[in-house]
Amino acid sequence: MLTHQSTRRDFIKTSGALIVGFSLAGPMSAARGQTAGAGGKPVALDEVDSFLAIVPDGTVNVYTGKVDLGTGTRTALRQIAAEELDVPFERINLVEGDTALTPDQGPTWGSLTIQVGGVQIRQAAATARKALVELASKRLGAPASDLEVKYGVVRAKADPTRSASYSELIGDQEFHLKVDKSARVKDPASYTIVGKPVPRVDIPAKVTGEWTYMQDVRVPGMLHGRVVRPPALGAQLSSVDESSVSGIKGLVKVVRIGNFLAVVAETEWAAIKAAEGLKATWSPWEGLPDMDQLYQVVRQTPVAKDEVTVNVGDAKSALASAAKTVSATYEFAIHTHGSIGPSCAIADVRDGKLTVWSASQAPHWLRRDLATMLGISPSAIHVIYRDGAGCYGRNGHEDAAADAALLSREVGRPVRVQWMRHDEHGWDPKGPPTLAELRGGLDASGNVIAWQSEFWIPKVGAITEGVPMLAATLGGLPYKDNINPGNIFQNSAPPYAFPNAHAVCHRLETTPFRPSWIRTPGRLQNTYVNEAFLDELAAAAGADPVEFRLRHLKDLRGIEVLQAAVRRAKWDTRPSPKKSAASSPVATGRGVTYCKYENVRTYVAAVAEVEVERRSGVIRVKRVVVAHDCGQIINPDGVRAQIEGNVVQTVSRTLKEELKWNRSRVTSVDWVTYPILTFPEVPEIDIELINRPNDPPWGAGEPTAAIVPSAISNAVFDAIGVRLRTVPYTPERVKAAIRAQA
Amino acid sequence: MITLVVNDKSQTLDVDPDTPLLYVLRDTLALHGPKFGCGLAQCGACTVLLDGNAIRSCTTPVSRAVGKKVTTLEGLGSSHKPHPLQKAFIEEQAVQCGYCINGMIMTAKALLDRKPNPSEREIKQTLAGNLCRCGTHPRIVRAVRRAAALMAKGA
Ligand code: FES
Ligand code: FES
Repeated sequence: MLTHQSTRRDFIKTSGALIVGFSLAGPMSAARGQTAGAGGKPVALDEVDSFLAIVPDGTVNVYTGKVDLGTGTRTALRQIAAEELDVPFERINLVEGDTALTPDQGPTWGSLTIQVGGVQIRQAAATARKALVELASKRLGAPASDLEVKYGVVRAKADPTRSASYSELIGDQEFHLKVDKSARVKDPASYTIVGKPVPRVDIPAKVTGEWTYMQDVRVPGMLHGRVVRPPALGAQLSSVDESSVSGIKGLVKVVRIGNFLAVVAETEWAAIKAAEGLKATWSPWEGLPDMDQLYQVVRQTPVAKDEVTVNVGDAKSALASAAKTVSATYEFAIHTHGSIGPSCAIADVRDGKLTVWSASQAPHWLRRDLATMLGISPSAIHVIYRDGAGCYGRNGHEDAAADAALLSREVGRPVRVQWMRHDEHGWDPKGPPTLAELRGGLDASGNVIAWQSEFWIPKVGAITEGVPMLAATLGGLPYKDNINPGNIFQNSAPPYAFPNAHAVCHRLETTPFRPSWIRTPGRLQNTYVNEAFLDELAAAAGADPVEFRLRHLKDLRGIEVLQAAVRRAKWDTRPSPKKSAASSPVATGRGVTYCKYENVRTYVAAVAEVEVERRSGVIRVKRVVVAHDCGQIINPDGVRAQIEGNVVQTVSRTLKEELKWNRSRVTSVDWVTYPILTFPEVPEIDIELINRPNDPPWGAGEPTAAIVPSAISNAVFDAIGVRLRTVPYTPERVKAAIRAQA
Repeated sequence: MITLVVNDKSQTLDVDPDTPLLYVLRDTLALHGPKFGCGLAQCGACTVLLDGNAIRSCTTPVSRAVGKKVTTLEGLGSSHKPHPLQKAFIEEQAVQCGYCINGMIMTAKALLDRKPNPSEREIKQTLAGNLCRCGTHPRIVRAVRRAAALMAKGA
């Protein structure tokens, strides 16, 4: 029950006056020192007060550790809270990713913001609503069953004039309640906010220059830092010639800590010039593998352990007894995140405390990792999230924050570190390469009786530990040694009911570049491999690719989503390749793919239509039709935007993207050497959403990416009868594949 | 000292003349519209109008803007009084992270000023040098078309 001691707290006195101060005022002296608990704000995951505060003016503050990375969850989470509390949407203030104010709901990853973060908020709101109705019941002298809530006011159903608003009921107090897992949530049939395409709250400011992105935050007294990375990944710094930059006006300091080298200046331009002009001597280092030996190197890397992700029947003997067998090797390149805005952070080290503004997807992890590096307590660190450019996984934001923290500690003033484009492309952690081998067996009637797959992918040290930060590794400072490419084993098991199936992931000790997760990590590569190989089996069986899938698919929701995509695309039922495949100079084809995300949640299927120019090897993806079932939809327009983004980004990754390097360093360090998809190349996208209001809401930020590469591979095979197995499908690779077949 | 006319306001600034215009706009004038994306004239995030032409402010020395009119995203309109392009981007919800959107709107502005009713193909060609990593492209194209329609109606 609610307690009645007065606990007036600054942070809810008004509708987020303090919050506004945080976001706009810049220096935020109020914010300094507000580490977890210091201001009295609960942040534990099981407390209602961690998530919600009713403000006397009738607004509601909602606190979330999840951050909006450009996906629109800032709006969707408000919808969930407003719906469950029965307050108008506009009255919700959302505070995101502030380690002093928000609960640690885990990093914003894995398409879990709605599925986990939103559901936690919903349950806290349901608990709060129940408590408020009980309070009203006492005050109004009416049983709770005779009361209803409208617009944040509890009133008697029979006599709406007998009422009390939330703020009257709770006053300036906290709930002091544990989140009640059994508090009844609203019947989705009564929803008026959830399920509606509520326009995003941040768009008007973002199209007018009024929004403050991380890159826009300025703090009084702030200096500008730029890092100078080694010319080779493992090079040692032997000497620095500071006189090479002494003439630059505004240069404050050249900072050297081990191999960590940086400059700090009064202006951004001075910092850039100093970073470019600084002469330093580094030891030579050529420890990277030859680029064209990548997959041999992957195959020869020592295996830390083997993980079997499916083992039914006896795949080995079934394969031996199959009427027909097929085998293939698939490869998927190393990718960079490629945010349009390079990583950026501001740090202010002062009086043993550290305040950091960062666009990190994991402010709470960042706090922990900074504490390790600096040897101070996490409670002395306050991390405040600000939007960066789109973030698709652990990119360079954490590294930039660590850079800024070291520099601020050195110069005793707040320092803003903005990575340059070459820092971002060259030094963000990479999506590691995938190598896979598959063998499949068909019986005499063309059914799959054996499936055997092997994946060579890096191991995960600790999934709940971050990626080591460059400032710590270069600077020789403490860090938790960890390798974390994300849950990249997922979707290695095919989502079909094969009688004999075996999949094993060889988890490798190392991988050439510092790995991390990039949108749909592993699920993308593994689904690609499985769904393209399944298409090879369908072709070997002479079966239509859709019919072949349906033959082996036993999941009803899966069948529904696949059929929805096929119907919408007006699928041309016949085996691949197309009869005319060998003739025309520009061939067209269609390919299908299905995925159950991580084999446990969001269902998605797609049909891609492509055009292939035989002579040039150019593939054009003309249209992608997607059917998508993520259970209960919170905001259909938001889901659509995510599907569109996944399609475009993954067409780009599939056709164009590939990290390049020499023996010393990454050489794809800008948009010319690492090209991505441009407007004229973007396909038409056609979407069918399957909404299931009575089911739990699942994620939509990643699943669609999983189905794109194989849909393209399958469509290309349909068009020209040539199977592409190595991503990206650059014109050179396409031509080589055509030649190899001829 | 350098005198610049930005969004119809003349200002005299103490900046190094070889400083790229982008940093003067962002750091000295505290504008948030133009963004740093690459500093290499490759992505378009930093686009502003110089005498009505869409240029990449990251590689344009501030000295080259002297005597010309600089217009940034803020100079088009505000959330209270949006320009038709801004209105169209809101109506189409043509933003994911929004970091590239400054460049999209400013490049489209120069296009629509020159060619009030471009075809979809022309829009895509004009925006071909503006990169978006979030995959907002379909909505951006729709927003530019909508803006053209709004402007034709005099909205
Ligand atoms: S920042 Fe100027 S074009 Fe990329
Ligand atoms: S909306 Fe994020 S880069 Fe375009």
